[in-house]
Amino acid sequence: MRAFRRLLLMAALLGLWEAAARLLAIPAYILPPPSAVGVGLYRGFRSGIFIENIWITMLETFLGFVLGASTGFLLGTAVALSRRFEYYLYPIIIMFQAMPKVALAPLIIVWFGLDLTSKVINAGLVCFFPLMVNTIAGLRAADEDRISLMRSLAATPAQIFWMLRLPGALPSIFAGLEIAMIFALIGAIVAEFVGAQSGLGVLIQSMNFSMDVAGQFSVLFILSLIGLALNGIVTAVRRRVVFWDNNGRGHQLGGKP
Amino acid sequence: MPPQDELIAVKGLTRRYGAVTALDHVNLTIASGALVAIVGPSGCGKSTLLRILAGLMPPTEGEAWLQGSRIEGPRRDIGVVFQTPVLFPWRSVLDNVLLPVDVQRLGRDKMRATAMNLLRMVGLEGFETHLPNQLSGGMQQRAALVRALIHDPSVLLMDEPFGALDAMTREQMNVELQRIWLERRKTIVFVTHSVGEAVFLADRVVVMSPRPGRIVDTLDIDFPRPRPLSVMNTEAFGVHVSRIREKLNATGGLE
Repeated sequence: MRAFRRLLLMAALLGLWEAAARLLAIPAYILPPPSAVGVGLYRGFRSGIFIENIWITMLETFLGFVLGASTGFLLGTAVALSRRFEYYLYPIIIMFQAMPKVALAPLIIVWFGLDLTSKVINAGLVCFFPLMVNTIAGLRAADEDRISLMRSLAATPAQIFWMLRLPGALPSIFAGLEIAMIFALIGAIVAEFVGAQSGLGVLIQSMNFSMDVAGQFSVLFILSLIGLALNGIVTAVRRRVVFWDNNGRGHQLGGKP
Repeated sequence: MPPQDELIAVKGLTRRYGAVTALDHVNLTIASGALVAIVGPSGCGKSTLLRILAGLMPPTEGEAWLQGSRIEGPRRDIGVVFQTPVLFPWRSVLDNVLLPVDVQRLGRDKMRATAMNLLRMVGLEGFETHLPNQLSGGMQQRAALVRALIHDPSVLLMDEPFGALDAMTREQMNVELQRIWLERRKTIVFVTHSVGEAVFLADRVVVMSPRPGRIVDTLDIDFPRPRPLSVMNTEAFGVHVSRIREKLNATGGLE
C-alpha cells in the first residue's frame, strides 16, 4: 500500500509537470513536458545512439572505478600499516584531495588524449580518495582485544592482517566502494564534457548545442538509472561479502568529488 | 633455572607505566595443574601480570618463566581468555574455535573432531555454524573458552573471563569451569575482582593490593572437589572470604 502511494505520488508529480508545461506554454527548449522526454528516450534507443554511448560511458566508469578503487585500497593499506609511509605521503595525498579534481580534467585530456584512456584516468582520480580514507579507517579500527588475541596466539603480522584487519575493514571498504562507484561516473562524465568523441557526456553537450532539451532530459534520466544500477551492484556484492554486518552501511568518509 | 615442578615462576616482576608502578617486585610460583586465582581491585596490576605471562607485554624488571623457559613473547603453549569473548563476527562458532589452529597451522581436518568434542563439553553442540552475534553472552564466552583450549596449551590464562556476565550465568560458568578443569587438569591462572569467585574456584588465592601492585597474601583453599555452589554458604567459605576482604581493606583496596 505504501509502495503504491509512493508510485502514485511520482505519477502525480509527472502529471503536474506535464500540465504545467502545456498550460503555461513553457517553451520546449526551457522545460519540455515529460511526454517529450519519453519521446526523446524512445527515439534515442530506437536509433541505437543511446545504447552505443551508454556502453562507452559505462566502460569508462567501470575501468576508472577498478583503477581508482585498487589504487585507493593499496594506498589506504600502506598508510594504515606503515607509520613512515603515512608521515611522508599522507600530506601529499591530502593536498591532492583538497584540490577539486574535476579541475584536472582539461590537463588529463591534454596528457592522455580524447580516447578512453583519459576518461578512465579521470574517473579513477575522482573515485580513489573515498576508498582510500575508508580503507584507512577500517584497517585502523581493528579492535585492541582482537589484536591481543591474535598476538597471544603468536600470529605473524601478515596473519593479523589477513585474518583480522582486512575482514574487519570490509564494512568500511564497501562503504567507500559505494561512493567510489558513483564518483567514477561523475569523473567519466566530466572528462567527456571536457573532451571526447563519444559517451553520454558528449551526447548531452551536442544536444545542448542543438537545443534538444528533451533529449538532454532523457540522457539525465538514463544517467540516474545507471547510477542506481551501479550502486545496486555494489550493495548486492556487499551483502554477500560482509554477510555478518547487514544492518549498517558502515560510515562513509570522504564524500566530495 | 626454576625448579621443575613449578610450571610458572615469577621473580621480582615489576612493570611501570611512566611514573605509575603497576606491578612491584612480584614473586609467585604456580605448580603444574593448579587453579590459582589472583584477586584484587582494579588497578592492582593483576591484568598486567597476566599480560606479561601471556607474552603480550615485557616486564620493566624481573622475569617470568614457563615450563623452564623464560617468557619473552607470545607462546603457543598458552591459551588466553579475555574479559569479553573477542569472537570474530565473520567466523562461525566452529571457525572461531579453530582460529588458533589456523594461526598455528595445526591442520583443520585433524582438529575439527577435537573442536566438536570441546563444543559438546561446553554445551554448544548444534551451534557450530551459528555466527557469534546469534549467541548469548554466556554462550559466546564458552566458545572463547573452547578456543583457548583447542591447541591444548599447558596453561590457561583467564582475565576476568566472566566479569561481563550476569550473576546467574557467572555462577553457572564457574561450576562449568571447575568441571572442565577437573576433566582436563590444565594449569589455570584466573584473574578476578570477585572474592567469592576466587575462593569458590581456586586451590590457591593470591591477594593483590593496588598502586603499586603487590602480593599481600596467599591462601590455600582446600574444599573437596567438585565443589557445589552451596559451598559458598558454609562457614569455612565465609572465613576465607572475610580474611581476603580484611587484607584488601587494610591496603585500601576495597572502595
